[in-house]
Amino acid sequence: MTAIDAPTVRKTSPNRNIPPELPALSIERVSHSYGPRRALSDVSFAVAPASFTALLGLNGAGKSTLFSLVTRLFGVQTGRISIFGHDINRVPSEALRLMGVVFQPRTLDLDLSLTQNLQYHAALHGIARREALKRAAEVLARIDLAERAGSKVRDLSGGQMRRLEIARALLHRPRLLLLDEPTVGLDVKARADILKHVRRLVTEQGIGVLWATHLFDEILPSDDLVVLHQGRVLAHGEVSRIIDETAAQDVGAAFARLTEAATRSGSPSP
Amino acid sequence: MSTAVFKSEQRPGFSFAQYLTCLNGIVWREGLRFLHQRERFVSALVRPLVWLFIFAAGFRQVLGISIIPPYDTYILYEVYIAPGLMAMIQLFNGMQSSLSMVYDREMGNMRTLLVSPLPRWYLLSCKLLAGTAVSLLQVYAFLLIAYFWEIAPPPIGYLTVLPALVLSGLMLGSLGMLISSGIRQLENFAGVMNFVIFPMFFASSALYPLWRVKEGSPMLYYVCEFNPFSHAVELIRFALYGQMNWVSLAVVGGCTTVFMIGAVLAYDPSRGLIRRGPGGGET
Repeated sequence: MTAIDAPTVRKTSPNRNIPPELPALSIERVSHSYGPRRALSDVSFAVAPASFTALLGLNGAGKSTLFSLVTRLFGVQTGRISIFGHDINRVPSEALRLMGVVFQPRTLDLDLSLTQNLQYHAALHGIARREALKRAAEVLARIDLAERAGSKVRDLSGGQMRRLEIARALLHRPRLLLLDEPTVGLDVKARADILKHVRRLVTEQGIGVLWATHLFDEILPSDDLVVLHQGRVLAHGEVSRIIDETAAQDVGAAFARLTEAATRSGSPSP
Repeated sequence: MSTAVFKSEQRPGFSFAQYLTCLNGIVWREGLRFLHQRERFVSALVRPLVWLFIFAAGFRQVLGISIIPPYDTYILYEVYIAPGLMAMIQLFNGMQSSLSMVYDREMGNMRTLLVSPLPRWYLLSCKLLAGTAVSLLQVYAFLLIAYFWEIAPPPIGYLTVLPALVLSGLMLGSLGMLISSGIRQLENFAGVMNFVIFPMFFASSALYPLWRVKEGSPMLYYVCEFNPFSHAVELIRFALYGQMNWVSLAVVGGCTTVFMIGAVLAYDPSRGLIRRGPGGGET
């Protein structure tokens, strides 16, 4: 891989099939414009397998645009995005197959049951009915919603819906999980539960996670961090390193310093 | 640049069975959603029935229908407009699925579909087939009620009309899909009503035979002749009486192909119209 990716690829994957140097997600020099408005400028970073990478940015920083590009909702205008080496533009099927996504807005069918929602998702991945039901039962048990399998999604709490969406995103056993501000609108406990659940997926199953957020308290010093501001990457690397480099107390202060410097100079800090 | 790639557990590409599973899942979900939205079913039925019970009854004496193919006898006005109303059900259904696609896109459900690893043209075709299947349920429910209103085509007609309904459903569904790719907000659906549904329905052979339109306004006659909806109506009308209208078949088939290709291109991320901006207030 290029030198750009080097700092973030530091953990070895527990899956022996994956070459350790191959990032789960690699974004190289990606820019995107909506007409004259530039939403992303020259964005590059990588997410290692079995790592938790937080994508930190204020509303309007370009996080959702980036997610739309990675999930192939929009075409990549310039640059390259690949998932375990599969270029999203050239071999979308192979790339999408290795990826699970939890979008910012809720994307469940409220009037269908939990199992029906999972079955629909499985069908979209070509997973046959019997296998789908088996996997649905498994993931529901894992998120403690097994006894609610037949109830309508409408009757779940916000936190339960999010857990279901995460379970759904894992149904086809992806190696990379993308979450776009998954804790928005949830109470403190539900937020903590979901964060814990996702972190466990990283350590136990070796899944690479990209977690978009604007909440500093969701980020740990050992995580990888990408700071996105006005469509540009201001910093990327391990959180503790970025805190040291900016001579800040914590992530919040580091973020404030980076964005202030960028705003003052009108361009990203080096 | 490293060329190494990580292979998933499965073989690359998809088997025929997986394509079928996907189609099955999309049609099944659309069916379930339809069953859960009883108001939608009721309103889909009430709309043509209002036309049949009130409008047609009122106009029965005003409009005389001479013997024109495929009819071999004088018919009541209700009998004449029944195929037009069947096509109207499909027109509304096609536009309503387009509305639901705009809604799904704003709300995100559409994304669940579009991040499936199966080819996008295939996903959109499945969605289209699912919408058509729902419209068939509506049309046959209408035919059942119409039967008691003395609109009784030959029994074989109920079978021969099926392929015609599938094709016209696909045409109107793909038109809706094409339109949905161009609509950015849900509110614009009122525009679709005004600029697509009403002109298509009124400038067609659904409510009056075209020879009568020609007497009144030759200009309007040509508009009706070029309206693909007229041909959907005529295809259904002939098929309902066990006959084939080849011109209409060609027009409806051709339009389906063109609209479908247009919709696939419009939803293609690199070319499509949907790339203009994020939806749902996201950034």
